[in-house]
Amino acid sequence: MVTTPEIAIDQVSKQFRGGSLALDNVSLTVEKGEFVSLLGPSGCGKSTLLRLVSGLTPATQGTITVNGIEPANARELMSFIFQDATLLPWRTVEQNVGLGLELEGVARPVLEKSVNAMLSLVGLENLAQRYPRHLSGGMKMRVSIARALVSRPRILLLDEPFAALDEMSRDRLNEELLRLYAEQHWTVLFVTHSVAEAVFLSSRIVVLAPHPGRVAHVVPIDLPWPRTADTRLSDAFDEQVTHVSRLLRSVQAAAPEAR
Amino acid sequence: MKRHLWFALNSLIVLGVLLLIWQSGVWLGVPPYMLPGPLVVGEAVVNRFPSLIRSLWLTSEAAALGLGASIVVGVAIALAFAQWRWLRCLLFPYTILLQTVPIVAIAPLVLMWAGNGLLSVALVAFIICLPPIIANTTQGLISVEENFLHLFLMHKATPVQVLLHLRLPHALPHLFTGIRISAGISVIGAITGELFAGSSRVGEGGLGYSILYASGQLETDYLFALVLAASALGFCFFFATMFLEWYLLHDWHEANRSDIPE
Ligand SMILES: Nc1ncnc2c1ncn2[C@@H]1O[C@H](COP(=O)(O)OP(=O)(O)OP(=O)(O)O)[C@@H](O)[C@H]1O
Ligand SMILES: [Mg+2]
Repeated sequence: MVTTPEIAIDQVSKQFRGGSLALDNVSLTVEKGEFVSLLGPSGCGKSTLLRLVSGLTPATQGTITVNGIEPANARELMSFIFQDATLLPWRTVEQNVGLGLELEGVARPVLEKSVNAMLSLVGLENLAQRYPRHLSGGMKMRVSIARALVSRPRILLLDEPFAALDEMSRDRLNEELLRLYAEQHWTVLFVTHSVAEAVFLSSRIVVLAPHPGRVAHVVPIDLPWPRTADTRLSDAFDEQVTHVSRLLRSVQAAAPEAR
Repeated sequence: MKRHLWFALNSLIVLGVLLLIWQSGVWLGVPPYMLPGPLVVGEAVVNRFPSLIRSLWLTSEAAALGLGASIVVGVAIALAFAQWRWLRCLLFPYTILLQTVPIVAIAPLVLMWAGNGLLSVALVAFIICLPPIIANTTQGLISVEENFLHLFLMHKATPVQVLLHLRLPHALPHLFTGIRISAGISVIGAITGELFAGSSRVGEGGLGYSILYASGQLETDYLFALVLAASALGFCFFFATMFLEWYLLHDWHEANRSDIPE
């Protein structure tokens, strides 16, 4: 029996109107439950690839399927987490987390129950009535994650979610993300600029090369699970980070124009 | 709190100094038909109090009517502008034109169309109030960040949901900026209207009408009282909208955190 991959990207190219080629003939298959990180220099098309998978923009060439169907029709399976937390400032934490369910017309009592459960899962019960402007960057991101998870997605798409945070908050949230991943078994596409973060989180890292964006290397990360703060202290972790950093540097050096 | 007290105290001191300079003009011998002193003006206020209050009331009525109408119509136009880009490109220059046309030149025209009375006066206020409302609200409706739109699209939000839960709340602070600007000038518009429309009720008139009348009669002291009343009215309109804005938005909007800028 052949199982459908959760995300199948087949010879996909993306050309923006008037612009250069953002992605050139990219193929990538992500199986259910995989945690795949996309690494690469700025402008190599990581965000573009995520948007194609989420169906927010159409591919110029090639096909993408999510759970075997067109991305635009599979949106209820996916949640997107953006670099800035994109919380609506006029809504409290609670109302922000419930946004998706509200838009989808979920009944009040059910909505409140899911939201409350999610808030306690990410440790935000005490901040439920606060407005986003009272929260730190790390807290905002936590709310953003809660909002993405409350609709029980099968697939998570994250575009540099922790890039704006200090290293300590970032490490904490990385660990928390893995804890939730172990519980909820999503399939994850994660964009980052941090090699250490990618190694810590991923089961597989895809290194992209720029101009035009294409897949340069695919590196399986075979660090043992579950990964904890101690994982970062192991030699195996350091080796992987060094290895991926080398690949990333070679990709950057080969780029026709470094920015 | 202490800072606010200081602020109020300083403002009062400034007021005292201004009054002193004014009074010293009188002491230096400027004739009262050119510069009536603060005491004389105060006397005029007391003597003519009922008609002054009546004028203030008539002018505020017209200004509030014009402002209210401009908010309703302005938001409706802004919604259309936000919805249809081509319409915005086509008509936006004309809203700016509306802003640059001297209101004094428009007022007589309005009078010819709408006749003497409250309607004409409110219309002049409406015309002067409209452009800031349109410009600011449109800006607020269309300046929503792309990621927010993507977020809504990921949840298959309908255009109506995007409008109600994203564009409108996002535009609210912008709308209030527009209202604040318009509130101050609505009074100017109404008074300008009254200069031409005269009385908005038979036998009596708003501030603009009374100003014309007082200057015709060389009642300089009452003229001063009217001018001060007019500025006070604009001030009140401005602060009323500012308070409303603070009341509605201070929970979540950054700019409304502190009422007195550092
Ligand atoms: N809407 C757009 N219109 C035109 N060109 C675009 C658009 N979005 C992205 N591009 C171009 O496509 C290329 C890839 O952009 P993309 O944002 O996907 O890169 P990225 O890998 O996410 O970069 P970064 O690491 O800086 O976020 C860039 O050259 C960019 O200028
Ligand atoms: Mg990007």
